[in-house]
Amino acid sequence: MAHATGKYYVPHGSWWPIIGSVGLFALMLGSANALNGSGGTWPALLGLAIVLFMFYGWFAEVVRESVAGYYSAQVDRSFRQGMIWFIFSEVMFFAAFFGALFYARALSVPWLGGEGVGFFTNLLLWEGFEPTWPTDGPAGVGGDFTAIGPWGLPAINTAILLTSGVTLTIAHHALRDNHRGILIGFLAATWLLGLIFVGLQAYEYVELYQDYNLRLDTGIYGSTFFMLTGFHGFHVTLGAIMLIVVWLRCLRGHFTPKQHFAFEATAWYWHFVDVVWLGLYVFVYWF
Amino acid sequence: MSDTATHTADHDDHHDTPKGIMRWLTTTNHKDIGTLYLLFALLMFFVGGSMALIIRLELFQPGLQYVNPEFFNQMTTMHALIMIFGAVMPAFVGLANWMIPLQIGAPDMALPRMNNFSFWILPFAFTLLLSTLFMPGGGPAGGWTLYPPLVQQTGDALPFVILAIHLMGISSIMGAINVIVTIMNMRAPGMTLLKMPLFVWTWLITAYLLIAVMPVLAGAVTMLLTDQFFGTTFFHAAGGGDPVMFQHIFWFFGHPEVYIMILPAFGIVSEIIPTFARKPLFGYDAMVYATASIAFLSFIVWAHHMFTVGMPLAGQLFFMFATMLIAVPTGVKVFNWTATMWRGAMTFETPMLFALAFLFLFTIGGFSGLMLSIVPADYQYHDSYFVVAHFHYVLVPGSVFAIMAGVYYWLPKWTGHMYDETLGKIHFWLSVIGVNVTFFPQHFLGLAGMPRRIPDYATQFTNFNMMSSIGAFIFGLSQLMFVYIIFKTIRGGAKASAEVWESPTGLEWTVPSPAPHHTFDEAPQVK
Amino acid sequence: MRKQTRSRPGIAAALASMAAIFMPALARANDWALNMPIGVTDISAEVYRLHMLILWICVVIGIVVFGAMLYAIVNHRKSRGVVPAKFSHSTRVEIIWTVIPVLILIGMALPATETLVKMEDTSGSDMTIKVTGYQWLWEYDYLDEDIRFFSRLDAESDRARQLGSGIDPFTVENYLLEVDNRMVVPVDAKVRLLLTAGDVIHAWWIPDFAVKKDAIPGFINEVWFQANEIGVYRGQCAELCGRDHAFMPIVVDVRSQEDYQAWLAEQRGDVADRPVAAAEL
Ligand code: HEA
Ligand code: HEA
Ligand code: CUA
Ligand SMILES: [Cu+2]
Repeated sequence: MAHATGKYYVPHGSWWPIIGSVGLFALMLGSANALNGSGGTWPALLGLAIVLFMFYGWFAEVVRESVAGYYSAQVDRSFRQGMIWFIFSEVMFFAAFFGALFYARALSVPWLGGEGVGFFTNLLLWEGFEPTWPTDGPAGVGGDFTAIGPWGLPAINTAILLTSGVTLTIAHHALRDNHRGILIGFLAATWLLGLIFVGLQAYEYVELYQDYNLRLDTGIYGSTFFMLTGFHGFHVTLGAIMLIVVWLRCLRGHFTPKQHFAFEATAWYWHFVDVVWLGLYVFVYWF
Repeated sequence: MSDTATHTADHDDHHDTPKGIMRWLTTTNHKDIGTLYLLFALLMFFVGGSMALIIRLELFQPGLQYVNPEFFNQMTTMHALIMIFGAVMPAFVGLANWMIPLQIGAPDMALPRMNNFSFWILPFAFTLLLSTLFMPGGGPAGGWTLYPPLVQQTGDALPFVILAIHLMGISSIMGAINVIVTIMNMRAPGMTLLKMPLFVWTWLITAYLLIAVMPVLAGAVTMLLTDQFFGTTFFHAAGGGDPVMFQHIFWFFGHPEVYIMILPAFGIVSEIIPTFARKPLFGYDAMVYATASIAFLSFIVWAHHMFTVGMPLAGQLFFMFATMLIAVPTGVKVFNWTATMWRGAMTFETPMLFALAFLFLFTIGGFSGLMLSIVPADYQYHDSYFVVAHFHYVLVPGSVFAIMAGVYYWLPKWTGHMYDETLGKIHFWLSVIGVNVTFFPQHFLGLAGMPRRIPDYATQFTNFNMMSSIGAFIFGLSQLMFVYIIFKTIRGGAKASAEVWESPTGLEWTVPSPAPHHTFDEAPQVK
Repeated sequence: MRKQTRSRPGIAAALASMAAIFMPALARANDWALNMPIGVTDISAEVYRLHMLILWICVVIGIVVFGAMLYAIVNHRKSRGVVPAKFSHSTRVEIIWTVIPVLILIGMALPATETLVKMEDTSGSDMTIKVTGYQWLWEYDYLDEDIRFFSRLDAESDRARQLGSGIDPFTVENYLLEVDNRMVVPVDAKVRLLLTAGDVIHAWWIPDFAVKKDAIPGFINEVWFQANEIGVYRGQCAELCGRDHAFMPIVVDVRSQEDYQAWLAEQRGDVADRPVAAAEL
């Protein structure tokens, strides 16, 4: 059949997509209802469960097909290119939020403070507002707060993520050189570092909420801070889960020095998450 | 399900065609999925079109006769969302699914299961969207542009709309990834990039635009959601945000989006005109570069939708100049099509008629677009019916006509039957007349000062509105013919040869009509 | 209520009612307005000229391009026995039809830039009015005069525009384009408007002044106009602002200096100018 050498593997009909669609539908419907304060959260959770089931089943099938040797080099290339474009779409998603951050810092806050075309805006509507950053806006939405500097936890977190990038690369080299022990050890170190990052981030959030009075609804600073770091943290979590799955597969002896698409895709994803963090560190925490 | 892998391995018959509803739910075949997309798009075209007819009915004469203003605004909003995300985009994806593998000599799309996923998300997304019409407070009524703070007055519908848009985005992104990967990785040996048919080229670039901007829309509506439910202040001045910030993010998506709706149309027309002029496409390379330039420019012109928001002068000038520049590569395309026809031996079958109407009427829409880009004049045009006339000229006799041209052109390949040429021509002429009667007078209305998005108007606008409404009904009702012709062709008709037309170029004409369920199992060699 | 008498059903009645719908409209010559008004400010006239310039450029290009297409369609058809030519590219013509449009565009961009720069210059204004949009009315605040009032759709239009009101809009003078309190300004004065909004985004538009600018909550936008002619000028809100977006017109009453001063005095409740009020005191 199509997996014969030289032919492109075209799978037969699959139930996973329609299961996924139903799951997504339930997830969205449930979430929308929950946001409107009706129906509780369980329909959304059910939808989420279906989606997770879909991912599990779908990927398990792909793994089986791969192990069975159906995938030619060309199929492998399709997967790789697909992953790269997916990561690009993620980059653009973050770009929207970075764009919001830059807009607020470079344009809307200065205008509200009377700079440039904002002279009358400030004079007639927000008199006395000083355009500093961080800010919760001319009306002080959310009340007085303290911003977090770059040197405490964030610096540690930066170090952690950068280190995890290194351990992952070591693991990758080990995989290519077929040193399974090193591979498994460093891969474990990588996802552990990832989880520690998430843990510290959660700790930071608690601290910010309790001691700094910095919350999601603390004006534009709180909005951009928590949305950017929040979506990033969510992606780190996803990446860590992916790493754990890959690690478990390594334990089972999957992947060869030549063929290990899932490993590389996860590695790319992890590096992407890493780079986003650097952007965050520089523009959210530092400057 | 656990033994699917072994199951596939056991059945070595790649050429079976599963039957029944299961086939459609689980299919991984690009032709099936293409068909699903096209049928879905057709259905949505009628749903969105019916809403347009409600709009035109209310606007037939001044005063409120049929609907209240709130419902009118819901119709305007839903009409646009459905036409854009439900009709035009899925129709193009359907054509891409059917034709790209056939045109590049690939056995299927690169990621067939994901292809199915991309499609099946859509019916659910539109169920979510349409269900809002039946909610207390009704559907979204803030325009398809969803500007805050107005959109935040939407009732229960808001999270449904936003999450439906997320689903559409997921679907589009996956579909676009599939298209790019297919084109980059699945071409038959010898099919170099600069040998690809233009439809493939335009889709490659369109897919890139989709991946670049759909996530940005997702980000924008996510911020709306958190502003509404979690107290963020992205779009509130009090907290240091700005309602206009939403417009910037939205149009960073929105402007490339309009080229997403026209580039594949350029591709289709570039296939059809050479065939019926019996002459190779003039300036192939220039066409490719022009498409790429349009795509590039589309990222730096977004604020031409926002000239009246009070941008600093330098910003307005920049966006004006950048926007005007788009006329250059687009002009190159128009001139190349004309040169293709020049000294050809033309015949005028229905696909060619639609392609020619596209040429004329899209260009008219382009001219009004260029006028809109001139900032001082846009102060007068903006948010008037002049804008409505502009974008319907580029979208209806633009995108929609190109889709129809493509459907007539490839229908014999899909079904193995010729469509009824006489009916096709009648459908064409009714459509051209209808579309012009509908949208041409809207230019006058806009210039004379009629704002858009209003259910009722001052009495001096009556005449042209009546005309426009009559045209809309002529145009709308003639589309029933389109449906009839398609289904008649599916059911039977003169047998189509593999070539269908007189010596067309392209790999799709080397396979039999109807195209077998699986084509190019063995990659063809392209010289 | 309008009484519709349909004595006999059938085609005749249908035609008659069709005619009844069309006639009032067709009777008005002014109702076929095709083009942008020249307006009553220097700027609006300039914008009009710019508009006509770009329109005619497009028309001319259109004639050339469509002419070529039509020529090919008419003459280069198979039914005329044409043997298709073989040519398929020419770098020279590609360059030509890239460069010529660029030059044309430059020709359009220059006057456009010039006009835009003028429009953006709000300096040296004679008076300032703060205009605030609300759902669905306008507030005018004469900053130097201590005069403030609201302006909303006039009652007669408001009655007629209700769903199924039965009132024929043609019987209402300035249907949807009349307000209870007009904005009054003096002729020949440079009036600066500071636009903002109280709830959602609105837009202040008077075609005769070529002024359209968004009123955005939390921000202030500046525009200006200087009307050269006395008269009443009408426009509408031009940004979708919810249910009654169609029903928040803008009417500017441009008066002579004296009449304007009189109006000001009246608004201020100036004792000397309002003897009746004085007597009441
Ligand atoms: C398919 C969709 C499509 C396409 C292709 C275009 C094409 C263009 N559009 Fe349009 N546009 C829309 C869809 C589209 N638009 C929509 C949906 C809106 C409204 C959204 C909303 O508010 O709801 C809109 C609104 C819109 C605006 C905002 C108006 C306003 O709200 O005030 C502007 C302003 O610049 C604009 C400009 C242009 C320009 C310059 C082009 C150019 O690409 C056109 C280029 C083509 C030509 C110029 C013709 C061919 C060229 C020649 C023959 C060469 C020689 C010509 C010259 C040198 C003049 N468009
Ligand atoms: C691809 C996009 C697309 C398409 C194809 C169309 C198609 C049409 N549009 Fe649309 N339109 C938009 C995109 C599009 N539009 C957008 C983006 C807006 C702006 C929205 C906003 O302001 O937010 C808009 C707004 C808009 C307005 C302005 C509304 C307002 O400002 O309040 C009007 C008014 O005339 C209009 C009319 C029409 C008409 C008559 C058609 C016709 O082409 C439709 C043809 C009709 C049919 C195809 C109907 C067929 C139905 C039947 C025959 C009935 C039979 C029924 C069944 C079988 C169920 N449109
Ligand atoms: Cu106020 Cu529209
Ligand atoms: Cu645009």
